[in-house]
Amino acid sequence: MLAKRIIPCLDIKNGQTVKGINFLELKDVGDPVALGRRYAQEGADELVYLDISASMEGRRTFAELVTRIAANINIPFTVGGGIASVEDAGRLLKAGADKVTVNSAAVMNPQLISDIAQKYGNQFIVVAIDAKQIDGVWRVTTHGGHRLTERELFSWAREAQDRGAGEILFTSMDHDGTKNGYPCETYARMAEMLSIPVIASGGAGSIEDIAEVLTVGRADAALAASIFHYGEIPIPKLKQALHEQQIPVRI
Amino acid sequence: MIAVIDYDTGNLCSVSNALGRLGATYEITADPARIRAAERVLLPGVGEASSAMHKLQERGLVEVIRSLTQPVLGICIGVQLMCRRSEEGEAQCMGIFDHEVRKFTLPNLKVPHMGWNSIQQLRSPLFEGIREGDYVYYVHSYAPTVGADTIAQTEYGVPFSAALCKDNFFGTQFHPEKSASVGECILRNFLKM
Repeated sequence: MLAKRIIPCLDIKNGQTVKGINFLELKDVGDPVALGRRYAQEGADELVYLDISASMEGRRTFAELVTRIAANINIPFTVGGGIASVEDAGRLLKAGADKVTVNSAAVMNPQLISDIAQKYGNQFIVVAIDAKQIDGVWRVTTHGGHRLTERELFSWAREAQDRGAGEILFTSMDHDGTKNGYPCETYARMAEMLSIPVIASGGAGSIEDIAEVLTVGRADAALAASIFHYGEIPIPKLKQALHEQQIPVRI
Repeated sequence: MIAVIDYDTGNLCSVSNALGRLGATYEITADPARIRAAERVLLPGVGEASSAMHKLQERGLVEVIRSLTQPVLGICIGVQLMCRRSEEGEAQCMGIFDHEVRKFTLPNLKVPHMGWNSIQQLRSPLFEGIREGDYVYYVHSYAPTVGADTIAQTEYGVPFSAALCKDNFFGTQFHPEKSASVGECILRNFLKM
């Protein structure tokens, strides 16, 4: 049976892993390669490396770090942050990334999804969506949640799929960093609507939160950062607990 | 020396990085002489079957690969090309394994089959040290059927060949180079063949 995936996310700024609470106030939590290798040994199913400074500062991504990650990590990894062209994606593929994730640039230029999918395959592109609820409507945001757009979450997710996205990584900006759990109904609705995997991100504070989004929320994978970085929920303990609840995981 | 066959189907750095982590010496090459002279041969690849097959033909590698006598390991599209034919692009393949490659077509099944799935009914020294039900990493929409050369199976709606073996030829539909310690063990076993 296909396992539900547990994915630590490493936010990178200036070559270091960081995690912001609601994307502000950053705090160092270590070397990206060493941390990634530790997670792989602990049973992480994939890793995501996000260059979070990229959109705001227009910074091009970090091919050198990606090369180092690819040489040292024996599980799949996704990289993102500031990918604005097919060429950017191609450089990261060449450096050894298994997938890329696009966010703000795809909202501004949806053709980017089609172009990357066509050139490198659907499995290579993960479309990340940050959204927040405004008057009961899930509105898509960009630039780390700083800019509100006119797009609505579900129609944008559908368009991303239709354009060739291989997966959707959805973060609720209302829940990210709060540790109060995920908006599971929203995830379930998304899973119902899409035929590609959905990765839940932002809001996990406990093992129960993760179990809930993988069952009630029907997510295919759960991504988190601080709970792993600060050792609040060790991955082996998390997977054992999920396994005991009959959730299929790789242990 | 291990020859990693370069036939222009995506990048080969995942496989070569994995070989590097195992301390193996490898060469990325499309030169028939180098491939024939290698102790072991790896046929990786991603992409579409008929165009990948076409690229092998263009480089005159089909007969070279078929005639190899040292251990050969095809990975993902590599194992598919070693089968008889693939539904993808109606490709006629190398016919080393008398298996067909079929698309996942069951309703309610997400395609590509992507992520970690378990391998069962292991029967090959390739899986020495691997337990029934261990997990490996997959990314694919087509897979070889189960048949005479099947040495491991995975279930995704239907059972399919996770790995094949005939004589000196091996193939895995999953990606050992991305399958954590289980994948490393399988690669290490291949390097001991």
